[in-house]
Amino acid sequence: MSRLTSVACLLALAALVLLGGCGEPQFSDAEKKTIASLALNTLPSLKPDTTNQYADVPAAAALGSTLFFDAGMSRDGTVSCSTCHKIDRQFQDDLPQAVGIGHTNRRTMPLAGVARNPWFFWDGRRDSLWAQALTPLENPLEQAGNRAAFAHYIKKRFGERYERIFGRLPDLSTVPANASPLGSDAEKAVWNAMPASQQDDVNRVYANIGKAIAAFERSIEPEQTRFDRFAIDLATGARPEGNAAFSPEEILGLKLFIGKANCVTCHNGPRFTDNAFHNTGVPPVDGLPPDRGRVDAVAQVEADPFNCLGKFRDGDESACRELRFMVKDGPQIMRAYKTPSLRAAADRAPYMHAGQFATLDEVVAHYSKAPPSVEGVSEVHPLDLSDRERAALVAFLKTLSD
Amino acid sequence: MASIWRYILAGLGLAALLVGIVAVVYLTLPHSASGPDRSRSKKTANGLFVASFEPERGVIRQGELQSWLLTLKTAAGAPVEGAAITVSGGMPQHNHGLPTSPQATDYLGEGRYRIDGVKFTMSGWWQLHFGISAAAGSDSVVFNVVL
Ligand code: HEC
Ligand code: HEC
Repeated sequence: MSRLTSVACLLALAALVLLGGCGEPQFSDAEKKTIASLALNTLPSLKPDTTNQYADVPAAAALGSTLFFDAGMSRDGTVSCSTCHKIDRQFQDDLPQAVGIGHTNRRTMPLAGVARNPWFFWDGRRDSLWAQALTPLENPLEQAGNRAAFAHYIKKRFGERYERIFGRLPDLSTVPANASPLGSDAEKAVWNAMPASQQDDVNRVYANIGKAIAAFERSIEPEQTRFDRFAIDLATGARPEGNAAFSPEEILGLKLFIGKANCVTCHNGPRFTDNAFHNTGVPPVDGLPPDRGRVDAVAQVEADPFNCLGKFRDGDESACRELRFMVKDGPQIMRAYKTPSLRAAADRAPYMHAGQFATLDEVVAHYSKAPPSVEGVSEVHPLDLSDRERAALVAFLKTLSD
Repeated sequence: MASIWRYILAGLGLAALLVGIVAVVYLTLPHSASGPDRSRSKKTANGLFVASFEPERGVIRQGELQSWLLTLKTAAGAPVEGAAITVSGGMPQHNHGLPTSPQATDYLGEGRYRIDGVKFTMSGWWQLHFGISAAAGSDSVVFNVVL
């Protein structure tokens, strides 16, 4: 009997020595490399935006901030960017679909690190931060304004500030009160009757509004989280202390995220996004208009007069390579949406481009099952995760929040 | 009582076996990771040209739009001028195409063509297919890039 136990002890000892020899941390070198590549300290400093010469001008950012929070920047004075992009809520609104002047078809996107995106919106139908800002201003469901009215408003409310940054305002005395190539039929008719030079003047002021708002948005950056502290400790070989230490469940979730569950193929880099478009089989929402994602955005960004190749860009055309080399067709862009950053995602349900999933559990269950896409082909394949594995993935995602 | 030593020996033997298995696994791992042919210079499919493909700045950076150089020589070593080049590709294991559509944008002389707009958004095995038409005829070549 005692002999048996001593043998068992010896075997256990041998096993321990063996395990110990493989090193106490639970990660392989390849895993460590991947984990390090996700940490916030690998985020490069923000590149200049040569298409917006005011991008890093403090006065422009200050004016942009004013405009971002100003409900006067809407048809009826009730909606600003911050109605949906709430400063104390990661610049989003917690709703499945945003509500402005009307009910929109898409989920409000958070803005941390937004200036690093090559494409804007879920479908990437704009190619710069400043061109993006001009879209909700005239969208009838969002701020529902028109560019002629915005030009008059800027002159009246912020004329002096505007001129200190952008130079003299054009003569707006003969510009109609309401006109836009994208507005109501009446506004379109008025716009079309305006001389080209006057349209140009208004467009120039309008583009500058976008450039000021973009300058402000460049300051919105992601914050360090528990995951980042854990990753830095792992990289430096320090033992994670306090809340930087991960529970066994969080470690399992992290391993799944970068391993078997393949999340890191799309959610990669320090922002947990590859900035690309994928069909992941997220189902459409009943009652909303058809939404085909990227495939319909291509023509829109090409037609946008404020895109990189248009005449309102500053700097030279070499900044326009994303637009120039974008994928324009093919089955892969059908119902493809931009990979969102997962930083702080746990604190901002619901999820996906139209708020399809109410919780992270639902998100992970979706990836585990990987249903086929209603249109186009989903790139994700069933993972058949156990309950324990699904819970671990959710536990890991939460470490990107606190 | 000698039998306890037999057990110890057996235990040690078992441990040695385990070490051996671990060693074998370690030794074979790099082989399975080496995967597809990664050469940067090769004959085209029908042997019309010799093609080489290199990042213009020497390094591959994941997630960045980069330009590469495709250099074309005839089998005899003469530079291929005036070639029409088409580019496609994707990730064979993920069943998806390229995230951008790279194009041959400039001819730099001596058979060198700039392929701009190349972006690898994830780590793994990528393939780039080139269709090449020149005076000598049409041919194609595939390069594997593993990140
Ligand atoms: C009615 C709510 C609403 C208002 C008002 C609004 N947004 Fe948005 N914002 C959204 C929604 C919804 C999306 C995603 C829309 C889509 O993909 O079609 C979005 C997307 C964005 C994006 C893209 C982020 C990314 O990662 O691609 C930016 C930037 C942005 N908004 C900035 C602004 C600015 C600046 C304003 C004010 C000029 C503004 N928004 C006004 C709801 C709103
Ligand atoms: C093929 C690329 C791809 C893979 C693999 C992938 N994702 Fe995603 N992820 C996306 C895209 C694209 C979206 C947005 C889809 C949409 O809105 O229709 C998304 C959305 C999400 C969201 C919602 C974020 C938000 O703000 O709404 C979460 C959470 C998420 N993914 C987690 C994961 C996890 C966990 C895994 C691994 C099990 C994973 N993803 C694997 C591309 C991917």
